Amino acid sequence: MKKLNYPFTHEQVKELKVGDMVLITGKLFTGRDAVHKRLHDGVKPPVDLSNQIIYHCGPVILQDKKTKKYKVTAAGPTTSIREEPYQADVMKDYGIVGVIGKGGMGPKTLKGCQDYGCVYFHAIGGAAQVLAERIDSVDAVHWLDLGSPEAIWELSVTDFPVVVTMDAHGNSLHAEVQASSEVALKKALE
Amino acid sequence: MAIKKKIAKKLVKKPVKTAAKKSPPKKIIAAKKTIKKVAKKKITTKKIVKKIVKTENTQKTLEASLIELIKITSAVLPDDVQKVILEALHREEKNTTAEYAMNIIKANIELAKKKLQPLCQDTGTVLFYISHPVGFNQNHFTSLIHKAVVKSTELGYLRQNSVDSLTGENSGMNVGPGHPSIHYHQHGKKTVEVKLMLKGGGCENVGAQYSLPYTPLDAGRDLNGVRKVILDAVHKAQGKGCGPGVLGICIGGDRGAGYIESKEQLLRRLDDKNDVFELAELEKEIVETSNKLGIGPMGFGGKTTLLGCKIGVLNRLPASFFVSISYMCWAYRRQGIELSEKNQIKKWLY
Repeated sequence: MKKLNYPFTHEQVKELKVGDMVLITGKLFTGRDAVHKRLHDGVKPPVDLSNQIIYHCGPVILQDKKTKKYKVTAAGPTTSIREEPYQADVMKDYGIVGVIGKGGMGPKTLKGCQDYGCVYFHAIGGAAQVLAERIDSVDAVHWLDLGSPEAIWELSVTDFPVVVTMDAHGNSLHAEVQASSEVALKKALE
Repeated sequence: MAIKKKIAKKLVKKPVKTAAKKSPPKKIIAAKKTIKKVAKKKITTKKIVKKIVKTENTQKTLEASLIELIKITSAVLPDDVQKVILEALHREEKNTTAEYAMNIIKANIELAKKKLQPLCQDTGTVLFYISHPVGFNQNHFTSLIHKAVVKSTELGYLRQNSVDSLTGENSGMNVGPGHPSIHYHQHGKKTVEVKLMLKGGGCENVGAQYSLPYTPLDAGRDLNGVRKVILDAVHKAQGKGCGPGVLGICIGGDRGAGYIESKEQLLRRLDDKNDVFELAELEKEIVETSNKLGIGPMGFGGKTTLLGCKIGVLNRLPASFFVSISYMCWAYRRQGIELSEKNQIKKWLY
């Protein structure tokens, strides 16, 4: 089990390899479909994203009626492949060190990881409670006009469990499994 | 008539009892007489009021029962699903990412149950299946389901998950055209059964519909062709649908009916057995072969790709042969309740 602690650097994440199980401690910014589209359209992000990690997640958030404080009640990853058209450009334009999501991403993002020193972390899809427990606080929210699940939530996390499935050196576990399972499928269909 | 008398008796009795404590005996008789007269006149209005109160009460009970159903479905996986997930965990090799994934899944199931909070943040399409007797008021029931869904969203049992497809606006209520999805079935029994399934977007996205013959796979219009396209769908899904998953499949029907039936197949218990011998065999074989593809939990590679497969059949037109496949993630949230006459939860169905 490896650890990745805040502040994150490109040098740190470049050392990570496919198959590494990593516990992340520090800051995460949620961002999914609408955020990626908006960033890709050139709208300036409300926070500096350089050296940060974007988490593909639309959390369930409750706001305390009295204190107005936000609380995350469920926060697992959402399917990442929908950001495939935008992700590499977001890596390039905003200097992020990595993304967390599920299901993996395609060749364009893999090349982005290589070119801009980023890593794709795979969180366990559906494990919303285990992951929410690792979130210590909701520090801010931006672009709430996109709706709660689509907004940028600034989260502080401790020991957030992920697996590196695409590294900064051109390796992708998803491409490997896709290829090996295709061989197995062909055999099964014979 | 008997009930009428009882109500009248009750109405008369109560004031007399209180009066008896405060007044001397002589006045009781007089009081009794006047109350009796007044009571007789008031019975009709009181009865109506009582009836309204009673209906309101059963409505409130129904709303509470539905909210409880939503809460439990969102937080607690049914036993049959938990069982196969544990089996899958024990199958995976130690110290692999697959085992790591299954361990987190197991921990998540336990934590959600303990905290009674959504197992997965994507509380999905809210699908209700209601079996009811003849003469049941569907409009009324639908409006109560809407109320329960709105309340459950406010309480955080459901995420704000309903988006206007044209404007992109989130209603914040989970109610809108097509949401929640409600399916009524009339049955011969006197009871009302409400089943609920919460199906996340990730797994819904990897569903597929094939039209046979399907030349890329050389899949013809027979069970072997059906088998080929199902395995192809499993391969295409990889880990994107939050595997290990469960397939609900319909052979035949039109495109719409096929998908509806494929989801209804997911209402079957995982440990049941298909009545049709060939389908029972195919269900078993699909799971075994899929698990040899090595896609594994979350697509990390591993021994469990599928937890189950359920196949149903509808008639088709001579010209059409559809195979509709619904993929359900490991967070297979489905529950059901049977309602009592007073709309309380009489029993849980899974």
